[in-house]
Amino acid sequence: MSKTPLDTVEHAAATPDVELPWAELGLKKDEYERVVEILGRRPTGAELAMYSVMWSEHCSYKSSKVHLRQFGEKAPESDAMLVGIGENAGVVDVGQGYAVTFKVESHNHPSYVEPYQGAATGVGGIVRDIIAMGARPVAVVDPLRFGAADHPDTKRVLPGVVAGIGGYGNCLGLPNIGGEVVFDACYQGNPLVNAGAIGVMRHEDIHLAKASGAGNKVILYGARTGGDGIGGASILASETFDDAKPSKRPAVQVGDPFQEKLLIECTLEAFQEKLVVGIQDLGAAGLSCATSELASNGSGGMRVTLDDVPLRDSTLSPEEILMSESQERMCAVVEPEKVDRFLEICDKWDVIATVIGEVTDGDRLEIFWHGEKIVDVDPRTVAHDGPVYERPYARPSWQDELQADDANKLPRPETSEELKDQVLKLVGSPNQASKQWITQQYDHFVQGNTVLAQPEDSGMIRVDEESGLGVAIATDGNGRYAKLDPYTGAQLALAEAYRNVATTGAKPLAVSDCLNFGSPEDPAVMWQFAEAVRGLADGCQQLGTPVTGGNVSLYNQTGEAAIHPTPVVAVLGVIDDVARRTPVAFQEDGQLLYLLGDTREEFGGSAWSQVIHDHLGGLPPKVDLERERLLAEILISASRDGMIDSAHDLSDGGLIQAVVESALLGGKGARLVVPDGLDAFTFLFSESAGRAIVAVPRSEELRFNDMCGARGLPATRIGVVDGDTVEVQGEFSLSLAELREVHERTIPALLA
Amino acid sequence: MARVVVDVMLKPEILDPQGQAVQRALPRLGFEGISDVRQGKRFELEVDGPVDEAALARINDLAESFLANTVIEDFTVRVEEVAEAAK
Amino acid sequence: MTARIGVVTFPGSLDDRDTQRAIRVAGAEPVALWHKDKDLKQVDAVVLCGGFSYGDYLRAGAIARFSPVMDTVIDQAKAGLPVLGICNGFQILTEAHLLPGGMLGNDHLHFICRDQKLRVENADTAWTTDYEAGQEIHIPLKNMDGRYVADQRTLDELEAEGRVAFRYVDFNPNGSLNDIAGITNEAGNVVGLMPHPEHAVESLIGTGRTDGLPFFTSILKKLVNA
Repeated sequence: MSKTPLDTVEHAAATPDVELPWAELGLKKDEYERVVEILGRRPTGAELAMYSVMWSEHCSYKSSKVHLRQFGEKAPESDAMLVGIGENAGVVDVGQGYAVTFKVESHNHPSYVEPYQGAATGVGGIVRDIIAMGARPVAVVDPLRFGAADHPDTKRVLPGVVAGIGGYGNCLGLPNIGGEVVFDACYQGNPLVNAGAIGVMRHEDIHLAKASGAGNKVILYGARTGGDGIGGASILASETFDDAKPSKRPAVQVGDPFQEKLLIECTLEAFQEKLVVGIQDLGAAGLSCATSELASNGSGGMRVTLDDVPLRDSTLSPEEILMSESQERMCAVVEPEKVDRFLEICDKWDVIATVIGEVTDGDRLEIFWHGEKIVDVDPRTVAHDGPVYERPYARPSWQDELQADDANKLPRPETSEELKDQVLKLVGSPNQASKQWITQQYDHFVQGNTVLAQPEDSGMIRVDEESGLGVAIATDGNGRYAKLDPYTGAQLALAEAYRNVATTGAKPLAVSDCLNFGSPEDPAVMWQFAEAVRGLADGCQQLGTPVTGGNVSLYNQTGEAAIHPTPVVAVLGVIDDVARRTPVAFQEDGQLLYLLGDTREEFGGSAWSQVIHDHLGGLPPKVDLERERLLAEILISASRDGMIDSAHDLSDGGLIQAVVESALLGGKGARLVVPDGLDAFTFLFSESAGRAIVAVPRSEELRFNDMCGARGLPATRIGVVDGDTVEVQGEFSLSLAELREVHERTIPALLA
Repeated sequence: MARVVVDVMLKPEILDPQGQAVQRALPRLGFEGISDVRQGKRFELEVDGPVDEAALARINDLAESFLANTVIEDFTVRVEEVAEAAK
Repeated sequence: MTARIGVVTFPGSLDDRDTQRAIRVAGAEPVALWHKDKDLKQVDAVVLCGGFSYGDYLRAGAIARFSPVMDTVIDQAKAGLPVLGICNGFQILTEAHLLPGGMLGNDHLHFICRDQKLRVENADTAWTTDYEAGQEIHIPLKNMDGRYVADQRTLDELEAEGRVAFRYVDFNPNGSLNDIAGITNEAGNVVGLMPHPEHAVESLIGTGRTDGLPFFTSILKKLVNA
């Protein structure tokens, strides 16, 4: 960019007519003109680099911002929120002086290009967000979406992604406790690799990304800066891949989990000694982001000497240093008298740390190179005042036709034999099959606080050894439902994650999300996005669970074909004593099985319609959030009072899928009776929301029934835990051995 | 300055699943006639000063005690001529 | 009186705090040891815990073996100090030649995390007296480089001398020769194994079993009664 004489601020002011490659850096003409207007002159190359990367879709949320505001506007009153949207991650009060921070982010495009490193650095990035809040990371979760399970490219992408998540997360010592793996042809070429993390801290340890106090030092620590992912944030994450332009595929960042582990330990030690005024991790947009965010959130300005940044590649230009996305780096603001101690701690952990600048009195971010000023900007204009677009949106013309193609009219099994065959097809289909081959590549046990991990309904981590206080997290998102109706689909994702937290006995507290969509430049996609956000915001308001933060990933499409709208919702819950958690597995023969909630003929978007008919049409199941809330209250009360020994939420695959999973996990079968008023097919395969199955010890049956009756929750006795078969009376019986074989062989056969 | 290369290979009797995985992929990629693949590690050591007998002996010790685990691995040490020529 | 059991933290150690907890749960006193210190703080026994020391970038355990703390551990282990190596710790012990053989990548090339069934083959070591020989236990296993290998003579020797301490049962998760999960030195004071007993000491956590606790009660009894 600037091989010619250094493009200083002075030089830029003197040469207003020099043309800069703003278009190549992803800026639109009017955006570039806005930069010139802000500065009152043309930007320097370094300034252009910063604006272009910080104003990219990935960093500025310019297409989504106008919709995302609803999460704040509709936020329910909640005492639990300690830090809300806008920081590295939201923070929630979980009681006893503990606070929990959690967030989900996407690393979709990088993981398609280089599955191992893309997924690995996704884990690395989200974990640094958690550390930057002052918390010790305690667990990760990974919601994943891939193309068709039998597509050859899935065999390239999935094993790489899974190995990358494991390779990085296992090496950090973070238990992987949840997430999902979903296959659908719509994700071919656009896999979704979302990574979530949870951290725990004491209230007083919350740290924020701000640079305050003139004279305080800015310390860059962690890995050296190299040429990784230069422009990655603006180019890689913002525009659709186009085979015709291979130059738009810059080097994917390479992760070093060992370095990150050291970064975690040394950052937490610095926090413990109260050495840190403000902190920011370096992720997308690297130093551009860290310096402008820290400076704009603080009270003063900042002066940075770029020559002091430790480099891995000495040929990097200042623009490249500002844009580099080298991993495992953090930036801390430290009072001058504490700098020595901070550097000592870094040295103890063999982490390179360098003072690269200081907080100033003014309100400018000034960056120097070889003694010359190359950046002089108001940091707020870089970090916060990016463009905001009101993208046009319109309900797609095909939506009516899609919804009219009613799945309830699909041919249903006519004989018991057919019903049985379809059950086997369902539980052995890639989406419903056991994901053990994948999850066993993740460490679940490290840190010694894992109470529940996948395939449980939610992951659960003990927070306090004395009291047994714990937190639970579940992530869900059904793109098929959202395609049929994005508003309802987003609420169903929320409802399912909320329910999954409650079935384990935890009280849902707060929400984070990762919104994966196609191109915002397509009005149909923008409508899906707007509807999903509206649905999620309305749903959170009704359930009383505020959105604490989240992430948006757009441009997930190849050519004209966008992925299904896929809002992935994470719900965090709290449980006062993990000893009373409720597992999925059946525990004891003779326990009574109850179906909670109402079952209707709802097959639109269902797993049955996909597996048996390869069909997507009609309407998704109805949402009743008041019912969800009541169901959750019952599940939590029943867990607290010891009335249930196992519970499983009903979602994709319906009741039979849930029963088979509980039976296989517990190694105990079940005898089921089709309740009055339902046919066997609807009973087994319907995906009506707001339902769960529970196993009730006989001694508790009366009390449990009374509770459900008094609170007005339909509870239907549907059978008993027993033997080594799953039997539906009058229909069929399947041995656990056969079910296990069918359920467990699918994924290894496709991918191992 | 000169470059000394240390190659570390698993001992022949030790199972090398990585090499086998590579070999299994070869027919799929259309490469025929390769009967075995074994995967190893290569270390490039940039040596200050002359690479004489004494220096090589030291590198040999280094390879034996650290770069290779001789319980499971063999190693070879050689001076890379290209680096010499390029000087 | 109780016993003081040291747990070494290397850069990249992951299960150090968990191991300290397990020692506490067993009733002994955990003592944190640091890789850069030669000083073992006069502990009565040492645990080398799991993780990826120094990133395991050369070979698992190969760099840790040359850390200052290991100089002292190696000397004292030879003089009889009880040392337990778990996972990465086992890898370090083989690299340090305190235990024979070596560790390589799993034969299936994947990381594997599972509740693993083992048979206790030797209940006479410093770390296994609270088990019975032949007892079958479940201990979480999680590793990338868990394949135990040794030449035939070494294997024959280990088998003949009863120095295979633990063997995988029903399923060999990594291709270890002779299904070996853990071994001991001749004196029985140094034991290494791939599975993680420190993750099986509390009924609520992990797999919900406490089959790993006897490791820590065995050594406590031995030290207190000594």
